[in-house]
Amino acid sequence: MTTATLTGRRWLNPAYMYLAPSLLIIAVFIAEPILRSGWMSLHDWTVGEETHEWVGLGNYLELFADERFRNALTVTGVYTLVTVAGQVVAGLALAMWLRRTTWLSSLLRSAFFFPTVASFAVVGVVWKFLLDPQVGLVNAWLEKAGTTGPGWLTDTGLALVTVMGVGIWKGVGFSMIVLLAALQGVPDQLIEAAKLDGAGRWHQFRAVILPELRPALLFTTVIATVTSLQLFDLVYVMTGGGPLFHTESIVAYLYQRGFVEFRLGYASAIAWVLFVMILIVSMIQLRIARSHDGG
Amino acid sequence: MAADARSGVARGLRRTAAAASWLVLIVAALATILPFVWMVGVSLRTPADLYADPAQLWPSTISLDGYHAVLTQLPFVRLVFNTFVFAGGTTVILVFLDSLAGYALARLRFRGRQAIFLLILATLMVPFQVTLIPVFLTLFDLDWLNTFQGLIIPRATSALGIFMLRQFFLTLPRELDEAAHIDGANSFQIYWRVIMPLAKPALASLFVIQFMALWNDFLWPLVVSSTIEMRTLPSALTLFSSQSGVDHAALMAGAAISLAPLAVAFLLAQRFFVQGIATTGLK
Repeated sequence: MTTATLTGRRWLNPAYMYLAPSLLIIAVFIAEPILRSGWMSLHDWTVGEETHEWVGLGNYLELFADERFRNALTVTGVYTLVTVAGQVVAGLALAMWLRRTTWLSSLLRSAFFFPTVASFAVVGVVWKFLLDPQVGLVNAWLEKAGTTGPGWLTDTGLALVTVMGVGIWKGVGFSMIVLLAALQGVPDQLIEAAKLDGAGRWHQFRAVILPELRPALLFTTVIATVTSLQLFDLVYVMTGGGPLFHTESIVAYLYQRGFVEFRLGYASAIAWVLFVMILIVSMIQLRIARSHDGG
Repeated sequence: MAADARSGVARGLRRTAAAASWLVLIVAALATILPFVWMVGVSLRTPADLYADPAQLWPSTISLDGYHAVLTQLPFVRLVFNTFVFAGGTTVILVFLDSLAGYALARLRFRGRQAIFLLILATLMVPFQVTLIPVFLTLFDLDWLNTFQGLIIPRATSALGIFMLRQFFLTLPRELDEAAHIDGANSFQIYWRVIMPLAKPALASLFVIQFMALWNDFLWPLVVSSTIEMRTLPSALTLFSSQSGVDHAALMAGAAISLAPLAVAFLLAQRFFVQGIATTGLK
């Protein structure tokens, strides 16, 4: 008892000192801003105006009647569903194929992973010009093949599809390596035993490998979902939200209202809607993880 | 005999199928890196060469005009410097502060430890966009907009990093601290001489992924910096790319240079990228 108290007292001061810088930064630049953001979202807070009038839930009511916001929700929702499904399924297929480490599979893994390292700004700029009708490689090759390429980023029906394609291409490597790491944890005997039982490839995959991968699949799906819900860089760089708002995401709209029009109260309300969406995704993740731990 | 022949045919078929799927994978991998090859190709072409035959992947004659042009059309050296200061400076401070905080949370006993840990974890759930607007106003009040301290200090700690290092420090045996303590080491000496050297792989992973995330960061520097002299590469390149009549060779040269440090780091330290990204989900 005495020793515990003594040690406790001796450790007391340094521990707070070690935590102080981080806690100060978190308090000033994360914790307090979260609360202030909520407070601002209840006001008509526009830069340059003398007073910021209290509007209660006014911003939120306006938001849900706002066609452009609903469009941003749809764009973000479609982008998230398609890119997450695409990158997780493709990442899983690649992880299965490249499971064994040979020089060739290592080389291929690096190739598929490389886009993850590059910034959205760089890949956005490169893809924008790769798909350019005048100087782009894609349409030039299509022309050689005898067809005229579409306006990948200017066609209202196609622009979002194109952005989603780039999103999947960028995200596949991340899902692949998370799943590869998990696959390395699946004992070879398990797979071999399934083979001896005469389990078919598909059956073996579903009955033996998939259950082992469940936590990793959940992890990569949640991370990909949260990242996709925050879609901004790619559309800002490739389309600017166009053509005619067809690729305008929630964060792109937030940026427009907040940092172009300086309606900070309204933009804060958008941020809080995004926050709640991400919170719901995290809750669902926790629920799924728990229900499987229990069983 | 017949059965042998049949199994031989089956084996042959299986081999062909395997070879075909490897071929598909190789083609897919080449397609994946094709945009980067094209980027380098365009950076080395003259505009006339590009417009004459855009279907050509690689220039017929190599020209360094693009690299020369990006240096004159943008304050490019300054941009590279800014990005290094922002990403490098922030990462060094962040790894230090996160390791100190993680050490306190994992190895020291003090009142409120659990509460502080939960508070730090709770901030992980909040998307960065929620704090962006109030932080922007705080930086305005401090007169820190468009400055290095404004870019760096708000990002100089990370809940994810604290969490990751705490988890790692918990795996190290307690006897190490106790032995050092008996030898008369204080808690900072234990942190610096015992724990940190053992944590090198975890620290390297955190360093690499944080550096990458900040080097690639777009929205934060876009909001905090307002003049071209204070921009970092991603936002400067984007603004450059949206100018009408942009010089493609210069643009792709800029893109290639801004990718180069990460590409080199990736080739040299792929293990840390993979570990860091796979464990934290940061990218």
